[in-house]
Amino acid sequence: MFGYLLTRLLTFVPTFIGVTLISFAFIRVLPGDPIIVMAGERGMSEERYQEMVVKLGFDKPVWEQYTDYLVGVMQGDLGQSFVTKKPVWDEFFSLFPATLELSICAMIFAMALGLPAGVIAAVNRGKFFDRFLMSTALVGYSMPIFWWALLMIIVFSGNLGWTPVSGRIDLLYFFDSVTGFMLIDSLLSGQAGAFKSAARHLILPTIVLGTIPLAVIARQTRSAMLEVLGEDYIRTAKAKGLSPLRINGIHALRNALIPVITVIGLMVGSLMAGAILTETIFSWPGIGKWMVDSIFRRDYPVVQGGLLLIAVMVMIVNLTVDLLYGVINPKIRKR
Amino acid sequence: MKAKFMMAAGAFALSASTAFANTLVYCSEGSPEGFDPALFTAGTTFDASSHPIYNRLVEFETGTTNVIPGLAESYEASDDGLEYTFKLRQGVKFHSSDAFTPSRDFNADDVIFSFERQRLDGHPYNKVSGGTWEYFDGMSMPDLVKEIVKIDDHTVKFVLSRPEAPFVANMAMDFASILSAEYGEAMLAAGTPEMLNGAPIGTGPFSFVAYQKDAVIRYQANADYWKEKAGIDNLIFAITPDASVRYQKLRAGECHVMPYPNPADVAAMKEDSNVNVMEQEGLNVGYLAYNTTMAPFDNPAVRKALNMAIDKQAIIDVVFQGSGQIAKNPIPPTMWSYNQAIEDDAYNPEMAKQMLAEAGVSDLDMKIWAMPVQRPYNPNARRMAELIQEDYSKIGVNVEIVSYEWGEYLSRSKEKNRDGAVLLGWTGDNGDPDNFLAVLLGCDGVEASNRAQWCHQPFDDVIQKAKVVTDTAERTKLYEEAQTIFKEQAPWATIAHSVVYMPMSNKVQGYKVHPLGGHIFYGVTVE
Repeated sequence: MFGYLLTRLLTFVPTFIGVTLISFAFIRVLPGDPIIVMAGERGMSEERYQEMVVKLGFDKPVWEQYTDYLVGVMQGDLGQSFVTKKPVWDEFFSLFPATLELSICAMIFAMALGLPAGVIAAVNRGKFFDRFLMSTALVGYSMPIFWWALLMIIVFSGNLGWTPVSGRIDLLYFFDSVTGFMLIDSLLSGQAGAFKSAARHLILPTIVLGTIPLAVIARQTRSAMLEVLGEDYIRTAKAKGLSPLRINGIHALRNALIPVITVIGLMVGSLMAGAILTETIFSWPGIGKWMVDSIFRRDYPVVQGGLLLIAVMVMIVNLTVDLLYGVINPKIRKR
Repeated sequence: MKAKFMMAAGAFALSASTAFANTLVYCSEGSPEGFDPALFTAGTTFDASSHPIYNRLVEFETGTTNVIPGLAESYEASDDGLEYTFKLRQGVKFHSSDAFTPSRDFNADDVIFSFERQRLDGHPYNKVSGGTWEYFDGMSMPDLVKEIVKIDDHTVKFVLSRPEAPFVANMAMDFASILSAEYGEAMLAAGTPEMLNGAPIGTGPFSFVAYQKDAVIRYQANADYWKEKAGIDNLIFAITPDASVRYQKLRAGECHVMPYPNPADVAAMKEDSNVNVMEQEGLNVGYLAYNTTMAPFDNPAVRKALNMAIDKQAIIDVVFQGSGQIAKNPIPPTMWSYNQAIEDDAYNPEMAKQMLAEAGVSDLDMKIWAMPVQRPYNPNARRMAELIQEDYSKIGVNVEIVSYEWGEYLSRSKEKNRDGAVLLGWTGDNGDPDNFLAVLLGCDGVEASNRAQWCHQPFDDVIQKAKVVTDTAERTKLYEEAQTIFKEQAPWATIAHSVVYMPMSNKVQGYKVHPLGGHIFYGVTVE
């Protein structure tokens, strides 16, 4: 196990360097000079432009800019945003907990509904439940997030008034951020009603962000379950007279989980894409919106640093998923 | 730095009921870049920094472009227009925070500090927080200001290198906000000079309490404000980037005021009895600039003919969805010296066709450049270009629409040998006509902000003269004359000025739409 972990960690190094190179090149390949974009319609004199070129280090050859960047990264310095003039590192970590909290809630929501839905559909293959659940999942999968979010806000917040429109907590509550996770911080604050408010604010964004993963998980669980349900050991279990709950819930589901977990691991990347739209609409102060704004403003350090940090997060999640296989299936652990 | 932010936050942790009494929530459209207005250029940043937190020596009267006394009780210009002496107000207090308590009132040192940090290369604050003083540089202040002299604690003299009448209006701009020199020194000594941008201290009607990035900014009324205390105790900016969501928040009572509604929502808002929609023409202009150095666009008759072929009303209806008005002059109607007497070239394709024939132009092929971004003065440049393309096809002019990435667009459109007419626009900075006419149409702007590459000596003479005259009545006459010349020569097709809508809860009283575009909450009350 330890050897496996070490091998996996070693493969991080080339991936990490590759990501720095791609993120560095990506933003530079896009047309658009950050200095001109910064100046906008107002423009700036040639003299001032040259001054800025030197200040931002664009006068150096590209390879030198890259090595400077890489050396900085190795020392934990991701540079300063061109726009806010603040360290990228500080900005990322002030926003990341919001994205993480929302993503975790969305995944819990997706799994809590998706797994049972997939199991129920598989067990009732071809029947009404199966068709109903799978066509609902297809609709969920095809839903444009932007439209879905606005619809939810208009119906549940605007017309019915059941949920808040946007934000992370009522403006009434105001306390120091300890962990960056609003659910935890609201509890720590000790202010009456704060936790409830934070939870209420999470409802709509969680549903919106969790909809696509929910649909994917439900469909993946169904097909994996169908495969497992045809196996000999399931027939044996049935012959032994085990209860359907025990057969489906423990024997079948556990074996069906491997492909589902793989899909969940892969979905972390697409969750980030969904988070961009969800965060914009729900005014959720996370890294999704931060990254998009930075791309439009050609804020090189933020785009480079943000992409790198997100890539590292995805790598860590995938490693965790691989390690989880071993937990679920001891055969993989021994290999 | 984060830890200090949080300390500031802790100081404000009041009980829920008192914290919300007499609070105005503004659903702002975006996050400020920072809180030191001199470092930035975005209106969103100024809304969150210079308007609530700071004052300037002179200020724009809210709701107008008139310049009124601010931290200076009065000012005097020397006869040669080279020296401006400001008499400073006494007894003005700076805000306090956990990190800083001022030991003295506002004085001349603060004025000197606020400008010298932008002006002098060797100043300890010149390079802090990136040290890009875009507006100070953009308004040519480094060349213009030769020296800043402290006469005594309450008198400061600005010595200019040339007479320039718009100087006073420049001093009312956001970059001219007055910061505390004492706070600057304290933060420099503590090794955290960037706190000036992160935890601002000013003299304004509201003091900064806390900022949660991309989420909420909190302010409280300054109890020691040198004018009457603000009508609200707490001011909260709830950052809400999506316009539809802002509207839903307004409907749900989660905010009191929202800027920049979707044009399509305005009609529904006007019908909502809980919502009051205020409106005003924006201080901007959207235009189509011909390249006047290239044939056949070097002929004013051709340009005039093309202008007459554009159905501007259709553009207002389709592109602006009603939230715009036809522009006949290069400056907006809310600006002083706007020439009402000028008549716009009427939409008349037949006449346009005839004029082109008389000018010897037939089978004309041309390019129209469409901006890739949305702006208040042009919410959809591609659509606008398509409408103009259709209009021109009626007079036998064949149009190809081109577009580039925004940065490319801005730099390529400056080139003198650029092929085609460019759609662009401008939003005013200081309410002075010079800021439109000289910047966008003066000879100095050729191959820069003058996208028509138009250098017409009679026009340039008039605006140069208006720049050095200090008498406003005389300047008005000169600018009116400049607009007449502009109309005859037609370097642009002036297309539209946007109309700014401000929807707000009907509980909000006393709000004034500011023609310079800022959102100002001093003087506002909530029922």
